[in-house]
Amino acid sequence: MNLPGWAEIALTLAITVAVAWPLGLYLARVWNGESTWLDAVLKPVERLVYAGCGVKPDKGQTWLSYALSFLAFSAASFVVLYLILRFQDLLPLNPQGFAGMTPHLAFNTAVSFVTNTNWQSYVPETTVSTFSQMAGLTSHNFLSAAAGIALAAVMARAFAANRANTLGDFWVDLTRISLYILLPISLVLALAFVGLGMPQTLLGHVDATTVEGGKQAIALFPVASQEAIKQLGTNGGGIFNANSAHPFENPNAITNLIEIVIMNALSLACVVAFGRTVLARREARAIVAVMVILVAAGASVIYAAESQVAPALYAAHTTPGANMEGKEVRFGAPSTAVWAATTTGASDGGVNGMHDSFMPLGGGMAMFLIQLGEIIPGGVGSGLYGMLVMALIAVFVAGLMVGRTPEYLGKKVESREIKLAMLSVLILPLAILGFTSVAAVLPVALKGLANPGAHGLSEILYAYSSATGNNGSAFAGLTANTPWWNTTLGIAMLLGRFAYAIPVLAIAGSLAAKPKLAATTGTFPTDGPLFIGLLIGVILIMGGLQFFPALALGPIVEHFQALQMVPKF
Amino acid sequence: MTTATIPSGKKAAGLAGNISGKIIGRAARDALAKLNPRKLLGNPVIFATEIVAILATVSFGLAIAQHGAWGFALQIALWLWTTVLFANFAESIAEGRGKAAADSLRAARVTTKAKLIIDPEKGTWLPTPAHQLGVGEIVLVEAGDVVPADGEIIEGLAMINEAAVTGESAPVIRESGGDRSAVTGGTTVVSDWIKVRITSEPGHTFLDRMIAMVEGADRRKTPNEVALAVLLAGLTLIFLIAVVTLLGLGAYSGVKLDPMVLGALFICLIPTTIGGLLSAVGIAGMDRLLKVNVLATSGRAVEAAGDVDTLLLDKTGTITFGNRMATELIPVPGVRPDMLMRAALLASLGDQTPEGRSIVELIREQGLTLQAPAGATVIAFSATTRQSGIDAGKDVWRKGAVDAVLKDVGLDASRAPAEFNTAVDRIARSGGTPLAVAENGVLFGVIHLKDVVKPNVKERFADLRRMGLRTVMITGDNPVTAAAIASEAGVDDFLAEATPEDKLRLMREEQGKGRLVAMCGDGANDAPALAQADVGVAMQTGAQAAREAGNMVDLDSDPTKLIEIVEVGKQMLITRGALTTFSIANDVAKYFAIIPALFVVALPALGALNVMGLHSPQSAILSAVIFNALIIVALIPLALRGVKYRAIGAAKLLSRNLLIYGLGGVVAPFIGIKIIDLIVSGVGLA
Repeated sequence: MNLPGWAEIALTLAITVAVAWPLGLYLARVWNGESTWLDAVLKPVERLVYAGCGVKPDKGQTWLSYALSFLAFSAASFVVLYLILRFQDLLPLNPQGFAGMTPHLAFNTAVSFVTNTNWQSYVPETTVSTFSQMAGLTSHNFLSAAAGIALAAVMARAFAANRANTLGDFWVDLTRISLYILLPISLVLALAFVGLGMPQTLLGHVDATTVEGGKQAIALFPVASQEAIKQLGTNGGGIFNANSAHPFENPNAITNLIEIVIMNALSLACVVAFGRTVLARREARAIVAVMVILVAAGASVIYAAESQVAPALYAAHTTPGANMEGKEVRFGAPSTAVWAATTTGASDGGVNGMHDSFMPLGGGMAMFLIQLGEIIPGGVGSGLYGMLVMALIAVFVAGLMVGRTPEYLGKKVESREIKLAMLSVLILPLAILGFTSVAAVLPVALKGLANPGAHGLSEILYAYSSATGNNGSAFAGLTANTPWWNTTLGIAMLLGRFAYAIPVLAIAGSLAAKPKLAATTGTFPTDGPLFIGLLIGVILIMGGLQFFPALALGPIVEHFQALQMVPKF
Repeated sequence: MTTATIPSGKKAAGLAGNISGKIIGRAARDALAKLNPRKLLGNPVIFATEIVAILATVSFGLAIAQHGAWGFALQIALWLWTTVLFANFAESIAEGRGKAAADSLRAARVTTKAKLIIDPEKGTWLPTPAHQLGVGEIVLVEAGDVVPADGEIIEGLAMINEAAVTGESAPVIRESGGDRSAVTGGTTVVSDWIKVRITSEPGHTFLDRMIAMVEGADRRKTPNEVALAVLLAGLTLIFLIAVVTLLGLGAYSGVKLDPMVLGALFICLIPTTIGGLLSAVGIAGMDRLLKVNVLATSGRAVEAAGDVDTLLLDKTGTITFGNRMATELIPVPGVRPDMLMRAALLASLGDQTPEGRSIVELIREQGLTLQAPAGATVIAFSATTRQSGIDAGKDVWRKGAVDAVLKDVGLDASRAPAEFNTAVDRIARSGGTPLAVAENGVLFGVIHLKDVVKPNVKERFADLRRMGLRTVMITGDNPVTAAAIASEAGVDDFLAEATPEDKLRLMREEQGKGRLVAMCGDGANDAPALAQADVGVAMQTGAQAAREAGNMVDLDSDPTKLIEIVEVGKQMLITRGALTTFSIANDVAKYFAIIPALFVVALPALGALNVMGLHSPQSAILSAVIFNALIIVALIPLALRGVKYRAIGAAKLLSRNLLIYGLGGVVAPFIGIKIIDLIVSGVGLA
């Protein structure tokens, strides 16, 4: 650990917030149907989409019809994507001549990209055709991200409403967010990435002659365009197996910085836009603070863990040094730490280092950040609504202590909201711990493990955490391309996305119908350091209480076992 | 609107007494009866605890049957049962006080025969049991009789002792007509007689309702309680998942997990503290209201009281004493102050109105007492003369409306002394009433009559403002007078020249803005507003319609009670929140006690998590379970008494309570479990 390292972490997060702020103000205009400076170009396109799809933009939807639209859209996306992946060998743009995916892999992959998870049970550069990548995967990188942001917009409208029934239109939200936010920003980013040295080509590969004189086919793809939306939409699905540790996906320090920043920027922008829409800027600032503080804390723990002298190296009487295994040597520990914290906190899942090779506490921290519910700042849109669920719970538990029944942003928190919030929150331990517990004793599952003991358990726990949290990063080491893993991870992803989001939409419906109450000096304050502290406390305690036993048997025991290897360490 | 305050110097003792040995004994018995699992179904946390207690008992039985070590299993099982019993006990003891109060109310129910009038012409009556009286029938109640049921006086006037209902022994006057015509079954006529038309069905009298209320017979969960129960059930489910899945995780890690220990872990994690105390907190809230002699018809009303944003307060009786009182005497130039005093006193000696008495009182305080001259005649106030005084021989003393007195002394306002006019103007502008005083046709000066604001009212309103409440004064006065009193009392707003309809409209307006409104009232014309209010407090002395419409009844008929009611409501919510926060925060320490104990045999490295340095795995688990049970008992007094509410603003209140119950909740069990562990291991229990 050193000062430049800490400064790098702090600076990266500061830049992220600085980028997120104006982006959020712009996002709010897009949510609320206000005019933007892109209208001249995009308004005709938007109208064309509505005319083509028969969308009546001014007709609002109730929470239920909004939810049904969201489900129907996701289901249709899944079917189309499944068919593309299954039969990519029959489709054009397959220069490498890859075969169609197996049913379980196609199921897993289709679910993965529709749920904004981007878990990849396969090695992309030897499995996915260029057509599948572009028409299938990349398009869902846009659409699944837009759907998540749309749900966040619904929450914002619900809190802003005063006895309202409708919450906007899913198809309008999907269209506007894709057109005005994701496409233009990705376009600019992709061009910038090309300028910074990323490949963008339809050629399958280039042949190179290695130093030893051997022939090597180096896989090529339209990388820059995929990289932009991969990070911007907290997708994380790389074109290469090594993800952003691959020089084509992450050529230099500048791309590394940009990729980290845009990984969190849009999720934080959702919070800023929320504050604008609800007229609760101070409250939104508090939420941003909670997210940034937790990400910074996560990055610090990982940085501290990864720059420590590794006990194993010490025991082996080699020159004691930090653990560099699994880290991209071009970037070093601080960059890897801040990336690891942002990618796991943000439900992105792209990596520039291998979490499996981290020190136990570093890897454990990454895992814990996912298990907190992907809310710091979480996936685009989904991070905001997840955080709002936690805020509702925090306000409900502690809010009584000011002597009023709890309210958040002028909305009374009553049994219906709590019931739905608990239903959402319950999904995480149910899917993560439930599947982990079964897989931990099932021989067919255990065959996929690379390591025995505590580290093996971490691999299982991480996989289900990543799937349920719709993160998509892997604690490498697990061979997941088997029927058991593909199927169960697919189910975990579905639960984490839909079983979480549907109750959230119901909460939005319930909140919107309530009267918006005026705040008084007796109202529970939700904008100051006190609330920030409270919310952080509730998130950590809730997350900790659920996952502490499992983590104790995984990374925590591994940490102490490592220390024990060196008696006097 | 009249508000009859009970003429009593001391505070009524109240219906709710303190916790006696008898209450504790009964609570202990009830706690056992509540072990019936069906009775626990409404409380998922304690229900789950009982299930695990049963399983632990079975596991203890198996241990004996298999000749295994059973001492540890026995202790765990016993402590789990204790946890359930403690939770039941908390609820029973909270109910106990209400039951005791109900018993004393039951004793007041009429057992003597009522005098049912069968021939109104002749006034003949027939002795009839009270429970056979129907609505609309007329009974005669004479001195010494108990009023057989709720009703309306249709004829007569009587002194009535209402101690059976209010706990206040000073009798009050009730008479036919107006807002003081309602009588309550169970009260006793002390003198004179009345004829009463029965207005309540047998079994549905005010007394019956009171018994049901204090006993909590139809106690339903309040909305917030329901929501909290959902949260607790959700947490219970989450911890069930966390504990059950440990079976698989443990099996992978080669840890052999004792199901009973997992059960113990589960119980320690689920929020048993708040689960066990939740209903006690609610009952205690109603009980605290009972202690200040307010009956709430439902817990929902108490909860709403904590949420109230706007208080609509009648000026008279709540903010001011209701009678105009003399506060100063201003002589005209050329008249010495003592001359004016003497004239004013003589002019008021025959005046028995509160205003007249206040003039006598003011002058006596300044050191002058006089008897009326012998043979003086009292000239009473009349609407035509608009003045009063006495005549003694040739001497004439008068006081009265300024223009009337001026006319009498042959002046008009323009020719009156300038100082006099200035004083009259000043008094009128400040909302007071000027009374001119004249002796033998000469103008002496002016008396300032003022609507006096009760002492301490201003401070209480300042407190309310800090609590986030807005106070609106409702008065029939003109806007000038209303504004003067409003600023003196420090209310936030006022409604002048208000009719009952205005009051209702204002309330709807406030509610339309998403505010909760509380008010109190006693007149029949208050009934619609009382029914519309989120918290409507009816005065016990008030009209029957008002008492039916409100969701609370103040037995002392003291309108300032609203403030206390709001405080009790807030206190109840704070207590609930504090215990929930404390309960959840406790889990952190319990993990550090139990997780290492669970795994340390198979994974010695996890011994590092035993930060409390607990003696052995068994003692650690036992200590956590014991702490979990004892903390319920330790917090019963807090649940019953309530966390003190301080009007310091939400932010300060929150930081204070978060520090005590949040941070304290994290730290306390570390210390508690360690101490219990020292005892458990010291005594050799584990």
